[in-house]
Amino acid sequence: MEVVMAVVVGILYATALYMMLRRSIIKLVIGLVLLSNAANLLLFTAGGLTSGAPALIPEGMSALPPGAVADPLTQALILTAIVISFGVLAFAVVLIHRAYEVVQQDDMDEMKDTDR
Amino acid sequence: MSSSYLVLPVLIPLLAGALSLLFWRSHTAQRWLGVMATGALLWTAVLLLLLTWREGIQVVEIGNWPAPFGIVLVSDLLGAIMVVLTGITGFATALYSLTSIPKQHEKYGYYPLLHLLLAGVCGAFLTGDIFNLYVWFEVMLVASFALIILGGERAQMEGAIKYVTLNLFSSALFLSAIGLLYGLVGSLNMADVADKLSQLSGEERGLVSVISLLFLVAFGIKAAAFPLFFWLPASYHTPQVAVSAIFAGLLTKVGVYVLFRFYTLIFIDDTDLTHTILLWMGILTMLVGVLGAAAQFEFRRILSFHIVSQIGYMILGLAIFTPLALVGGVFYIMHHIIVKANLFLVSGLVYRLRGSYQLKDLGGLYRSHPWLALLFLIPALSLAGLPPLSGFFAKFVIIRAGIEAEQWLAVAVALLVGFLTLYSMIKIWNEVFWKAVPEGASCTPRIYHPQSEKLGMYYLPIIGLATMTVLIGIAAQPIYELAEAAAAQLLDPRLYIDAVLGERP
Repeated sequence: MEVVMAVVVGILYATALYMMLRRSIIKLVIGLVLLSNAANLLLFTAGGLTSGAPALIPEGMSALPPGAVADPLTQALILTAIVISFGVLAFAVVLIHRAYEVVQQDDMDEMKDTDR
Repeated sequence: MSSSYLVLPVLIPLLAGALSLLFWRSHTAQRWLGVMATGALLWTAVLLLLLTWREGIQVVEIGNWPAPFGIVLVSDLLGAIMVVLTGITGFATALYSLTSIPKQHEKYGYYPLLHLLLAGVCGAFLTGDIFNLYVWFEVMLVASFALIILGGERAQMEGAIKYVTLNLFSSALFLSAIGLLYGLVGSLNMADVADKLSQLSGEERGLVSVISLLFLVAFGIKAAAFPLFFWLPASYHTPQVAVSAIFAGLLTKVGVYVLFRFYTLIFIDDTDLTHTILLWMGILTMLVGVLGAAAQFEFRRILSFHIVSQIGYMILGLAIFTPLALVGGVFYIMHHIIVKANLFLVSGLVYRLRGSYQLKDLGGLYRSHPWLALLFLIPALSLAGLPPLSGFFAKFVIIRAGIEAEQWLAVAVALLVGFLTLYSMIKIWNEVFWKAVPEGASCTPRIYHPQSEKLGMYYLPIIGLATMTVLIGIAAQPIYELAEAAAAQLLDPRLYIDAVLGERP
């Protein structure tokens, strides 16, 4: 399972970087979306994958059942990271919309007034 | 009561931001609330520094969860110094904002965003947990994203796209590195991570190096180090000058602070690799930044490139990694934040008087405003490192540490960059203050608050920061001792680890 996830994460990173290197600002934002998802999945995989064993103490017991259980901390981290990336990406989408209205271009190469 | 001193620097700006939202329609209330809250922040920060100075590293376990499991706030001397500097910059900016921020910007929530930014910065300086650090970074970034586009001009949009993209990219790298680190050691408490990394077996060392370089790239982007700095000169000159000043003073220094924290506490086993890379980053950042500035003819763009160049000195102090070099690095951060914020504030006052940032349109200010010219010269010459101002001692300590460590190339570049900085500052002096007003230049003052014609609130923070620059230069000894104690704490990671996790046999 880890191998499959590693390949998926790798493909997501590669696609995200490719999209971010395109000139269109729409594709730039799609790249950012993919990138944040890739990072979240990487966090999830690196924390260890455990299927069918939630970190819950069953009713009537006072400790976790023996054997491997899922790590609740990585899930908490990802939940936080998803909320944060949702917020900043919402901002980024509005930003490119406003930028398109102001500059009348969706080509990054035309947005170089500030670099002169 | 020590716990409240640690929480207040984060809590005060958050509360002030919430209160500002309640007074959404009353801009006067928001303005004075800004001054009071940043003043209170500065006051608690000074108390925190005194407490840390007297009683050593302070730790608070949030929600009483014991150390490696819950989130801790930690204040060692470096963190406390950074919070004081945040207070100084925030207070100066809040005073400056009173009459320099246009009504339109206040209407769209300038003050709540400013408080949120300060809360994020203070949180990043005080947290002892790596994921919590990521969250504070994002708090700070979201506030800075909104502040940089307030006004919505074309240049701001173009600058903001680059700023937002590269910062989000760096956040994604940061998060990836956090994931790998957690997978390796199973903890994200900085002290616990440092403790566990020092006990790892030989096979996993390679992965530690990979993770440390991933962090290096992520924070290199935040700190605007070569070759990752291109977003900074493309965006820092676009927003209102009070915003530029607080960005220039604080935001990149958060990146530098985290580099100092990580590469003195956590990744210290493979210094041959990491600190050699840091050394070259420092050298090239200094050189490329100052050469970029030499090619510019817009007031704030020259200053932006100098931020990059000065970051190089700080990274150099970290990279040489001797006690004296770290003292120099900490001293440099203290000097730089005050001086750089002040230079931006001066550029804003020049814009208020003449209505332009282009050097070719400016001139004659020495004749009309001699005191302003003097107030520019103090931070400008300090930035170039002329005695007896603060920059001289900062550069002196770093270069002396370089000589003692026999890093001749770094020393040569540091000296050369000092000269080129002086050239840049003299260029601004000649063009803006000394030469006659150019013919055909339109001199249209920009007034945002017509009812307050007075320039007092522009001059007040500039005079305050310039006085600090002179005082750091004249009374360098106590500041040097403070930096020395901070560096001594950095060089002994056990102090930090024991303070957080408790003494162990």
